[in-house]
Amino acid sequence: MDRPTAAIGDAPANHESIVRLVGVHKRFGNLLVLEGISLDLRAGETTVIIGESGVGKSVILKHIVRLLRPDRGEVHYRDQRIDNLPERDLAAIRPRFGFLFQLGALFDSMSVAQNVAFPIREHTRRKRHEIDKIVKEKLSMVGLDGIQAQWPAELSGGQRKRVALARAIALDPEIILYDEPTTGLDPPRADVINELIIKLQRELGVTSVVVTHDMTSAGKVSDRILMLYQGQFIFDGTPDEIIHCQDPRVRCFVEGRCHEEDLKSLQVKG
Amino acid sequence: MLTAIGSKTVASVAALGQWGVFSWQMLRWLLPGLVQWRTWVRAMPLFFEVGNRTLPVIMITGTFVGLVLAVQSYDQLRAAGFEDRMGVLVTLSLVQELGPVLAGVMVAGRVGGALTAELGTMRVTEQIGALRAMGADPIRQLVVPRFLACLLLTPLLTFFCDMCGSLAGWFVAVMLKGIPSTQYWYYIAYAIETWDVMVGFVKSVMFGGALALIACYKGFHCRAGAEGVGRACTESFVFSFIVILITDFFVGTFFSGLFRSIYGFKSLV
Ligand SMILES: Nc1ncnc2c1ncn2[C@@H]1O[C@H](COP(=O)(O)OP(=O)(O)OP(=O)(O)O)[C@@H](O)[C@H]1O
Ligand SMILES: [Mg+2]
Repeated sequence: MDRPTAAIGDAPANHESIVRLVGVHKRFGNLLVLEGISLDLRAGETTVIIGESGVGKSVILKHIVRLLRPDRGEVHYRDQRIDNLPERDLAAIRPRFGFLFQLGALFDSMSVAQNVAFPIREHTRRKRHEIDKIVKEKLSMVGLDGIQAQWPAELSGGQRKRVALARAIALDPEIILYDEPTTGLDPPRADVINELIIKLQRELGVTSVVVTHDMTSAGKVSDRILMLYQGQFIFDGTPDEIIHCQDPRVRCFVEGRCHEEDLKSLQVKG
Repeated sequence: MLTAIGSKTVASVAALGQWGVFSWQMLRWLLPGLVQWRTWVRAMPLFFEVGNRTLPVIMITGTFVGLVLAVQSYDQLRAAGFEDRMGVLVTLSLVQELGPVLAGVMVAGRVGGALTAELGTMRVTEQIGALRAMGADPIRQLVVPRFLACLLLTPLLTFFCDMCGSLAGWFVAVMLKGIPSTQYWYYIAYAIETWDVMVGFVKSVMFGGALALIACYKGFHCRAGAEGVGRACTESFVFSFIVILITDFFVGTFFSGLFRSIYGFKSLV
């Protein structure tokens, strides 16, 4: 297996790794999105993935729960290889993951309470009042208790995102994948979500992957930051290290400066 | 040119194969699901939805087709002296052919398109992905109840279509043309056998199942964006329509051959 960026994204041997991607390639038509990325998620750590819009961050998350299948490469969950498992066998593994979709992906045909209760109903045999209690608890964690009877169509974008987060954590998963959890939220709300991510990690030992553009949030929640650039990870380190990283591609992203060429193309038109 | 035809053919065959796999997966969830309470709980609202959407249009269609058949055939039947057998012509056409086809097409139009749009939107907004990510099988959750609703309700709707058509024929024959009511019903009872009803039933079940599988497949495989969903809906209806007509031909040929080899020819006059 060719692994051009072998050093980047691999974990040191002293941590138990829960999810492992090895040399994952993914192409959509002519567009090569992932070019052999390797990634180790260590138990109890929060990994942040940053990168430009459209670089393939959501695609990586989808590979971890096998919503997408790699063209080449392997995906492991604990000591099981899952990239070649049939859908039916994945049903046993997937409830251990919580997935917050970028746009929420709430079920339109269900109320907020039914949405959050859905995974609980699917995978446990709890009584109705127990389910109601869990739903209430999860919704208050995201600051939305009381909207149980509303429908997704009636909610704002930020509310929908938070309901989706409540649904993602409904089964107390061991791994949570957050696709831009703070996008579209006001700063205080965003900070509540940051605190929630930290709390879940500290108190329940959850392993998380957070995709975000929000560097404040990244700095606050992460144990480790990865930067995806043109199909490969070009940075892997702690929040402190990224601040001092000299790579211009990383610098631009961290400081929120645009690239020289992008600026030029604006000036030509103006 | 040739390569264009070639690649189109390859794509169609591939799509047909995918559809076959899709249907097979549906069956694998359906059979064990039949004895599970949850399956029926999920299907209940869809029964209501399908019935509610289609019953009125189907009754109207059946009535007018019955009227047209009766009015158009009356003169010819009368010239041959068979006008008292008008009910046979109207009802037999409906029971064997028109009822199942009309009900199938109406369900495809009123329900199939809506199913494709609903599932297509769910796919585009990643709700189907969300189901999978939560360890719930979208085919089991979404396709099985929709399939059951179409499969079981199309025969029922066919029955209503036949009834309305027959009554409309009765109206023309008895009320407008003065044929005795008893004669109208007597010849229907004489001519129409369990066999005919069975053929109509088998057809309507097949149409209902086929259109549900086409509609759901199209929804699951639609392209992104509102335009993709719209396209999938149109294609879903057109395909269902064609498949219904083709199936009708083959099933009809098969059963009439079977009938002849079992019972021989039966004259209705
Ligand atoms: N199912 C798919 N079919 C075809 N192309 C896809 C699919 N999913 C993603 N892509 C393409 O892959 C690329 C990466 O998409 P992805 O959603 O991972 O970006 P991202 O890094 O999450 O961007 P953003 O920050 O804007 O969400 C995009 O160019 C997108 O068009
Ligand atoms: Mg994304």
